[in-house]
Amino acid sequence: MANRIVKVFPRFERFWHWTQMALIFVLIFTGFGLNGVHGLIPFRMAVTLHTVAALVLLAVWIFATFWLFTTGTWKQFLPKVEGMLEVARFYAWGVFKGEEHPYRKIFWRKHNPLQAATYFALKWMVFPAIWGTGLVYLAYNFWEPLPNAVFLLKIVANLHLLAAYVIVTFVILHVYLLTVGHGFREHVKPMVTGFDEIELTPEQEAYLEQNEPWRLKH
Amino acid sequence: MQRLASKAWLVLGLGLWLGVAGSGLAQNESVTTGAPPPPERVAVPSTSTADHSKFEILQKEFASGPEVTAACLSCHTEADDQVMHSIHYQWKFDSSSGQTLGKSEVLNSFCGNVAGNEPRCTSCHAGYGWDDMASPPPAQSNAVDCLACHDRSGQYTKLADAAGHPPLEPVKAGAVTISGQPAWAVDLAKAAQSVGQPGRDNCGNCHFYGGGGDNVKHGDLSSVLFEPSLAVDVHMSPEGENFTCSTCHVSDQHEWAGSRYEVHATDPGTGKPGERRDVATCESCHSADPHPTSLIGMKLNDHVDVVACQTCHIPEFARGGVATKTVWDWSTAGRLSPEGKPMHEENYVQGDGKALHTYLSTKGDFEWGENVVPHYAWFDGQVDYTTGDMEIDPSEIVEVNRVHGAREDGRSRIWPFKLMEGSQSYDAGFNKLAYAQVWGPDTDTAFWTNFDWSKAIEAGMKAAGSEYSGEFGFVDTHMYWPITHMVAPASDALDCVACHAEDSRLAGLAGVYMPGTDTMSWIGILGRLMVLGALLGVIGHGLLRLVNRSKGGSHHG
Repeated sequence: MANRIVKVFPRFERFWHWTQMALIFVLIFTGFGLNGVHGLIPFRMAVTLHTVAALVLLAVWIFATFWLFTTGTWKQFLPKVEGMLEVARFYAWGVFKGEEHPYRKIFWRKHNPLQAATYFALKWMVFPAIWGTGLVYLAYNFWEPLPNAVFLLKIVANLHLLAAYVIVTFVILHVYLLTVGHGFREHVKPMVTGFDEIELTPEQEAYLEQNEPWRLKH
Repeated sequence: MQRLASKAWLVLGLGLWLGVAGSGLAQNESVTTGAPPPPERVAVPSTSTADHSKFEILQKEFASGPEVTAACLSCHTEADDQVMHSIHYQWKFDSSSGQTLGKSEVLNSFCGNVAGNEPRCTSCHAGYGWDDMASPPPAQSNAVDCLACHDRSGQYTKLADAAGHPPLEPVKAGAVTISGQPAWAVDLAKAAQSVGQPGRDNCGNCHFYGGGGDNVKHGDLSSVLFEPSLAVDVHMSPEGENFTCSTCHVSDQHEWAGSRYEVHATDPGTGKPGERRDVATCESCHSADPHPTSLIGMKLNDHVDVVACQTCHIPEFARGGVATKTVWDWSTAGRLSPEGKPMHEENYVQGDGKALHTYLSTKGDFEWGENVVPHYAWFDGQVDYTTGDMEIDPSEIVEVNRVHGAREDGRSRIWPFKLMEGSQSYDAGFNKLAYAQVWGPDTDTAFWTNFDWSKAIEAGMKAAGSEYSGEFGFVDTHMYWPITHMVAPASDALDCVACHAEDSRLAGLAGVYMPGTDTMSWIGILGRLMVLGALLGVIGHGLLRLVNRSKGGSHHG
């Protein structure tokens, strides 16, 4: 086993992550403006930005989903119970004692088990909930003739809002957790440069040296 | 996009004619002084193929209005018959709800009723000599008043108390016109030779003065519309489209599109080129998808099935410097000065600088409003009235008229209204609205002459043919006037947050869910708690880490 600087986040993944971040911030800002939480943006402009940002994000998600499945990266996000308890125990206890983070990144497993489970829930529940309700919300005029449309709209709008609050909560925890362990700068850097320090097995090392040398920093 | 929802169609067309009775009945509220110059008139470009000044039959001295009419009818052979069947002449409207409405039938919260006050109220009748509401309007051909609508010389008018006749030489001292100005002698030949299509002044001379003075009644029909600025009325302004009333209120054989009693329920929008238009709706020109094809435009178009154009595009009414009466309390009328004389107070100065009465012994207390934010309600176009034969509950506010509609019916839209608050007389024995005779300088019964309600009501009830118990009281009333005129330029249309905000204009309106109005819903509260919890959690977690690190932990982060 050797620690190597490996390109773990290819260009598309980084682009995907940061586009998503920017769009989600636009959506949070405009969305909570529309909801009446703040009045920092004119309603009309908020409607435009929110709609455009949402549609762009949906397009990015479609590309990302395609990319995840064609590259096999989707497996990274499969939750595993194994190791989860250790990570949870670390955040709740060990971190205060100055312990090392129990999880060691390996090439095919960039996320610790808790992280993977969180992303899994985000990707499979929260994100579909927000864009599902968002699209239904946006298309209100198509289903307006349904009986009790106003009541249904209220349900849809509140589900959308609930999902939005969950995402805000995620963003807070996500950003905070970047400060745990190796520190904020160290954690953000791989998503900027693409390179992170990873433990490679000799076989992985040999394979990459041979077939994907651009992944390895010498 | 296919619009599946059925629509409550927007119909302009408050029957302008309803403005008439008030001006006939009441004294003009505005305080006018000075000599009587015939007012300047609105120029309408003529497209006519005839110059009436060249017609021999019109080149003579006319001794009366009916003489002019007779000359008109010598060519326009069917015009009298057409006009006589119109609401302008009959003052009667058979509503599809089954009620017989119209000026001759309804009560309102302004001057109340026409019956018993005829030569005054009927001064704005589109005819000559209707001096008894108990009989139908005069049936002879030359009783139709052609000049009221077609005079383009600008100097034709009608006396305020002569059942539709114009002031002629010699004019009686103190005589007043229907628009409240000191009367001048009308030159009938000049008027007859000038005729053309009606201008804003022809309609406005009656309709802008409904309820006893300038803009008293409607709120969106005032003398400002003779020559409105672009900001007041984008269509009627000479700086804009320079529309006359009949540009929208299209007519066919002297019947006009647009009724305040029965607003059109359907309008397919823009017709084929050259196709005849029979409705005075916004959509008849602007289509049902009037906003530009942008993201916001599409979103705005999504509103039009439930929000009337007027709701956003007439952000306030009574604009341009002329106020409208918003409260009229008849119950305080009759208070006299210590010397026993009628009193008046003028405690309201409107935008154009004119002082308005706030108390009159003849009429009671008033309140006025300018740039008034409308009252909003679902409206399917149907209006019905509390007529004089209907029982009322005097312990509650009586709705003199009711506008029908609800979110669920699929036909209604949110419309703006002028909400008129009143206190008016009712028959306390039979619990019904009372008719009162207020005008009648030569009578012993008229309220404005003798300030005696019991006599005035008894005479009014008799004139209206309504049984009277002999007891009367005053009841609080509400009346609703759909707002459809004074369309502002698009740049002045209501901003989204006028409705999409907490405690907005539409707060309390049933049947709507509007983003932005309910941020503190229980999901909103739950979400805030969740975010707060996360923040407190990470702050606590972070602090604990800091504390432990300073205790000498070996963390390397």
